[in-house]
This record gives sequence, structure tokens and C-alpha cells, in this order.
Amino acid sequence: MTDPVVEETVKGHKRLERNITLLAVGTFVIVAIGGLVQITPLFYLENTIEKVDGVRPYSPLEQAGRDIYIREGCYTCHSQMIRPFRDEVERYGPYSLAAESMYDHPFQWGSKRTGPDLARVGGRYSDEWHVQHLENPQSVVPESVMPQYSFLKETELEIGDPAATLTALRRVGVPYSDEDIEKAEGDMLAQADPDLDPGDLAERYPKAQIRDFDGNPDKLTEMDALIAYLQMLGTLVDFESAAPYEELAEEKGR
Amino acid sequence: MANKRVDEPTGTETVGHEWDGIEELDTPLPRWWLWTFYLTIAFSIGYVIAYPAWPMIDRATAGVLGWSSRGDLAEDMSAADMARSGVREQLARVSIERLPEDSALMQQAVAGGAAAFRVNCVQCHGSGAAGSQELGYPNLNDDDWLWGGDLKAIEYTLVHGIRQSGDDDTRTSVMPPFEGAFDTEQLDALTDHVLALSGKADASLLGAQIYADNCAACHGVRGEGDRAQGAPTLNDAIWLRGSSREAIKRQILQPRMGMMPKWEGRLDPVTIKMLAAYVHSLGGGEDFVEVAEDPEVEVDEQP
Repeated sequence: MTDPVVEETVKGHKRLERNITLLAVGTFVIVAIGGLVQITPLFYLENTIEKVDGVRPYSPLEQAGRDIYIREGCYTCHSQMIRPFRDEVERYGPYSLAAESMYDHPFQWGSKRTGPDLARVGGRYSDEWHVQHLENPQSVVPESVMPQYSFLKETELEIGDPAATLTALRRVGVPYSDEDIEKAEGDMLAQADPDLDPGDLAERYPKAQIRDFDGNPDKLTEMDALIAYLQMLGTLVDFESAAPYEELAEEKGR
Repeated sequence: MANKRVDEPTGTETVGHEWDGIEELDTPLPRWWLWTFYLTIAFSIGYVIAYPAWPMIDRATAGVLGWSSRGDLAEDMSAADMARSGVREQLARVSIERLPEDSALMQQAVAGGAAAFRVNCVQCHGSGAAGSQELGYPNLNDDDWLWGGDLKAIEYTLVHGIRQSGDDDTRTSVMPPFEGAFDTEQLDALTDHVLALSGKADASLLGAQIYADNCAACHGVRGEGDRAQGAPTLNDAIWLRGSSREAIKRQILQPRMGMMPKWEGRLDPVTIKMLAAYVHSLGGGEDFVEVAEDPEVEVDEQP
């Protein structure tokens, strides 16, 4: 590069092409612009950070069910994201709002569905149906290709330390209070056992459903946790009185 | 280095450098490709102007067309509503009791209900609405009804569900568990009696006595059931939880009771009405018997 002839003749873009350091810096700057333009606005644009009434962190039992959902790979066939298209809205219910998955770590969005979307499956079926369906999906939906998960009903729910799970989630921004974390284990047991005193569980986790989910009140199983999770999916936001929903539909620029 | 020259065989200029006699042709980009490239740039400028695109301080630019995915959906939905509005408005206006009087409208309602049934109901009641005689999902094709089989009763069940927590008007009843109430002989006799009601076993005095004391209040003296409390008919061949002796015993000792979610709020009133019409049309639908008692019919003016 010190050759005066080269200095003289290699100019402009050619200079960039001949100097590896310059090329690397230039490439980084260009790629960074592309990334920043796409990613940064998601942290401040209103429709990605809109607050919606009713959304709350998962109760310890629901979170345990969620962990089982992820462990069993349910997400490989089921998404949890109803897109704003007529066919999806008519089949699954109101389209998903970003806020509804604000406490999801990791989120369950997607559009690859072998099974149906589950974003609003909560309350759609009875607990008993869920047990029958998870044990043997073909018994209720003969054309289903879903595998059987009957072992969930036999497997006792073993969460080493529910408080630790909540603490970890708090570190990534889920607003569990100290009280939530302190009572995590008690909350988890009480939500699936009608004989235990749930205390203020329902106040700290509004709309939490407290009952025995798997039809076997004597044992807290993974089935209890998973059904508790499934039965609350999409039930937190009240769409019947969803004034914000109407506003969102009219809003421009998204 | 700067030794550009025109290569003779190809007529193309070289880039001007040369190593050991090897030179590189500076072949220009194909015209069609270059112009397509420029066109995509021009298109993207148009796109940014027309559609939401560029992130600004609190939201992205709106675009002059005013398009938004949610607004687009709202338009789609209202267009679909408009297309169906004739039928839906008529359905909203007509009370469920009067629906059968208008056979054309009834037909439309049944067709709409069939579509909604395939989306929302087949998971439990089966694609042919045959339910399950083992798992506890009622067959909707037969004329055996737990809570009533006229249009209004079906609509009520759809609106409020069965044993739906959080709905004060839901249909509900509880069969008590008889675990520990009978010894083996008594339980056998009672099971025989339940089977005898439909002629599948021989009745015994003991069984009849236990049945009369414990079961007749809800299931009726002859096992005819009671729709007021959703007590199943026991004297027919239709079973919800299996007809084997073991299944009957299990149901006596630890009864399992079905639960149907309420569809109010999940489906709009017109769709619920259509579903009621469809279920009613499946074969077991009954005529009204109590219309005279309730002449004041509420008309929902909302389409």
C-alpha cells in the first residue's frame, strides 16, 4: 500500500476492497445499521410495548406446567400466536397481543402448526377432556397425530425449588414480589389441591384457577401442572370489555 | 497497473491489472439485471411512502394508504359480516322459539351451525356428533337429552355451559359419591337393578330397595332421569360412562360428571343460535312444550 503508484490509482471503493481492516469495519457498520433499524424500534414503539389490563406473571403451578410444555416439545407442533387474519380470528378467537406474552421466557410464538394454535385454549375444554386427550389424543379426536402423554398423570410433579424458578424469572424482568417468591412452594401445592388453604393466591395471581386438575386429588402430578397452564392460556385479558382492543384496531402505523 | 485495454476476442475492457500474463475482463452487469435492481429500489421508495415502514420516535411512519394489519383485519371481518348480514340480522331478530316457523332461515341457521360445530364442538362430541359412550360426551344425534332437547334448552346449554365455574346460570348438579355406602352384596344388587331398568339383568328386591332409597329421587322411580337436574335416564340403552357392570359400579362409587364450557363471550349470540339449530336438527331435536308458559320473548335487536 505504500507503493506511490498504488496510492495514486487505488481510490474510493477500491481502497475498501484492498484493505481487510477497512473492509471489516465497513461491513460491520452496514450490518449494524440494518440490525438497529429492525431491532431498536421494538423496544420503544407503542404497539410492541403496549400495556394491557389483566396480564400477570404465571403462578408457580402454571409456570411448572409451562416448563413441562417446553420440556415435552409441545411448541414443535403448537404455536401460541393468533395472527390478525380473519381465518385465525374466526377459529381461535381474538388475535394475540404482544403484552400477552410479556412474561414468557421463552415466548411460544410461531406460525408453524401441526396441531392447532393454543394461545386461547384456556377454558375451551373441560379438565377431564384434557386428561383424556393427553393420555390418548385419538380417543377424543380420532384423526389426531398427536403422541400420547399418559405418563404425565403418573409422574409426580417434582420441582426442586419453585422459589428459585421465580427468582430466575425475576432477574429477567418478571415482576414477582418477595412475597410471591417466599410463598412459591405453598402456592404451587395449594393451586391444585382444594383441601389446602390457598391464602391470598387469587389476589396475587388474579383469575388463577384453583382446583384439582387431573381428577386425582391425592397426588400433585405433572398432568395437574400442565392442565393448569393450558386452562389459563389466553384467559387473562378480558376481551368482552376490551375497549383498548377496539382502539388498537383503528390505530395506524403498525 | 493501470493498464486498461480492450480485449480483442471479446471486445470487453479489462480491469487493468495483470499477474503473470493473466488479466481480468471488466464485463459489465447485464442490462436487464441492472435495471431490475434499480426498479426494486424505486419500488421500495414507493412502498415506504405507501405503507407503514420507517420507525420514528413513538411509532413507525403510517404510510399514505393508512394500512395496518389490525385495521385490515377489521375491514376483512366487517366485509365478511356484511356478506352474511342479511341472514345474521334476521337470525338476531328472530327468537329461537320462532326460528322453526321460517324454514328457509332455519336451513341457513343449520348450515351455519354445522360449520361452527366443526370448529368448536367436534373435539368432544365427535365429528359426527356421536359423542362417546365411554368418555362421557353425549351423543347429540339421539333423542336422549340430559338437560332438555328443545331449541331453547340447547341454546341455554350453549350459552351457559354445564358446570362452568364463574357462571351463576350454568347448568349444574352433583351426584354424590357412594364410596363406602354399600357392601359388596348391596352394590351388586344395585348394579343389577340399574341394568334391570333397561332389561339387561334380573331385578331383585334388595336392589330395588336400595335404588328407591338412594337413586330414585334424581334418576326417577323407573330410571327415567330428570332433566331439571341433568340426571341421566337409566332405563334406555344409551350410556355416558360405559354400560359394563364395572363401569356402572365405578360411576356409583366415584361418579364422574361432565363439564361443558360456556360459549357466551367466545362465540357471538347469532353463532350460538345457529349451533342450537344445528344440534336440534341432528335427529333428536324436540318441539317446545313450555312455550305457553313464556309468551314474552326477548328479542335481541343487536345484529
